[in-house]
Amino acid sequence: MSRSTRFTLLNKKTLILIVILISGLVFAKEKEESSKNLPAKEIQKKEIKDYIMHHLQDSYDFSLFSYTDEDGAHVYFGFPLPIILWDNGLKVFSSSRFHHGETVAEVDGNFYAISHNKIYKTDQAGTIIYDQEHHATNIAPLDLSITKGVLSIMFTAFLMFFLFKSLADSYAKNGRIASGAGRFFEPIVLYIRDDIAIPNIGEKHYKKYMSFLLTVFFFVWFLNILGLTPLGINVTGNIAVTFCLALLTFLLTNLTGTKDYWLHIFDPLGTTMKWYAKIPLYIILIPIEVLGIFIKPFSLLIRLYANMQAGHIVLMSLIGLMFIFKSWLGSPLSFGLAFAISLIEVLVALLQAYIFTMLSALYFGFASEEHEHHNEIEAH
Amino acid sequence: MEKLLNEFSLGLFFWQLLLFVALLLLLKKFAWKPILDAVNERETSIKDSLSAAEKARDEMQAVQADNKRILKEARAERDALLSEAKTASIQMINQAKEDAKAEADKIIAQAQEMIQNEKKAAVNDLKSQVAQLSIDIAEKVLQTELKDKATQQKLVKLLVDEISVK
Repeated sequence: MSRSTRFTLLNKKTLILIVILISGLVFAKEKEESSKNLPAKEIQKKEIKDYIMHHLQDSYDFSLFSYTDEDGAHVYFGFPLPIILWDNGLKVFSSSRFHHGETVAEVDGNFYAISHNKIYKTDQAGTIIYDQEHHATNIAPLDLSITKGVLSIMFTAFLMFFLFKSLADSYAKNGRIASGAGRFFEPIVLYIRDDIAIPNIGEKHYKKYMSFLLTVFFFVWFLNILGLTPLGINVTGNIAVTFCLALLTFLLTNLTGTKDYWLHIFDPLGTTMKWYAKIPLYIILIPIEVLGIFIKPFSLLIRLYANMQAGHIVLMSLIGLMFIFKSWLGSPLSFGLAFAISLIEVLVALLQAYIFTMLSALYFGFASEEHEHHNEIEAH
Repeated sequence: MEKLLNEFSLGLFFWQLLLFVALLLLLKKFAWKPILDAVNERETSIKDSLSAAEKARDEMQAVQADNKRILKEARAERDALLSEAKTASIQMINQAKEDAKAEADKIIAQAQEMIQNEKKAAVNDLKSQVAQLSIDIAEKVLQTELKDKATQQKLVKLLVDEISVK
């Protein structure tokens, strides 16, 4: 099957991306230390890098763009979002009190400041104490703020709900034929059913997984596409979001796992061997199989995160290059490149949603398998 | 890895989990189930219609074949009836002819017999009349001739001779 090749391919991709990320990080740290007294171009480079890094993370306000005016003050365009903290009681206030992380917010006599995109409890001056490993030691209250990412998820959820509800309703109105935007989405729904769910899970069990597969596919796809808009949203490139999706796949896989599924993990050789012959093999095999339970959804998590993150980094770096080159040759060239890459990213947005759904379906297929065991040993 | 952990935001995770599960349940109830049901229903109805059409076509063909067969049979029957009628009529005509001929023959024979009988009767009548006449004539002749005895004897002798000759 092409599964193993796909795995190695994706693993390779992930590995490269992680290397890029780590090297980028190390590079960024070095820069930070020596960013004083550097030429203007270097400062600009650092600015772009910071901007990209800032963009990749979630933020407490929905800012579309910002600039520095003649007086050196930052001017932001956008709107603040509600901050929800649990710090000996619920604290709800607007993120405008932080002034984009530049000031300390005072709420009910407590002071909060943002450092590295996290809210910490501070004193009035907003001092944040770092330990040797550059971690803040201040208390971080439980933070349930409606961030830019949360708002985007809400928007996508509403969009999906109304889109697919109208599709569902259109059947009744239009004599069992979809109308409007549903005409476009119905074949995709059918594709997921006929070419993802049924071949991987099987005719007998696919129905109970359909809702999850459809929701996950459209959710990831829509958010990926939303990430390509100039709004600067990066939700599917956020580890918390991909972790949540992968966690649900993990839970669904293992909670609906049949007897055969668990037998496959704890007794993969079945009756092909005498029990005493299996013991030495199982000392190695069972830990691998058990590890596999966790590695499978973990690969989902990292794959989606890394692909979307990488796409955003590449795209924004190319856009940033335009400002660094500032030449008649370089800037159009990087514009062209950015344009080409953004077209590829549209494809990647769909592809990653497809892969996530496809692999989830594959794992559900393992979980719901019900057949006599051949002497197959799965290569992981 | 450390970067990933650093980037992990519990708040976002919480909201994502909450919103996603809520979305999943809502869509399941209001969208996916109706959509998949409608599509399934449509597919089965299409399948049923197709098979019904196929069946109807087969039936139609069967009916057509039946019609053809019936027509053929009817034609054959008609032909058989016609030929039968023809032979029957010929037979009837022949029979009638024969009958008529026999009757005619019979009538002719009867007529001939009657003619014969009439003829015989007429001849007999004529004979008796001729005989009477002859006798009368003979009587008259005799009355005139046999006035004498000699002639009477001569005649008796002649008659007796005649009888003996016979």
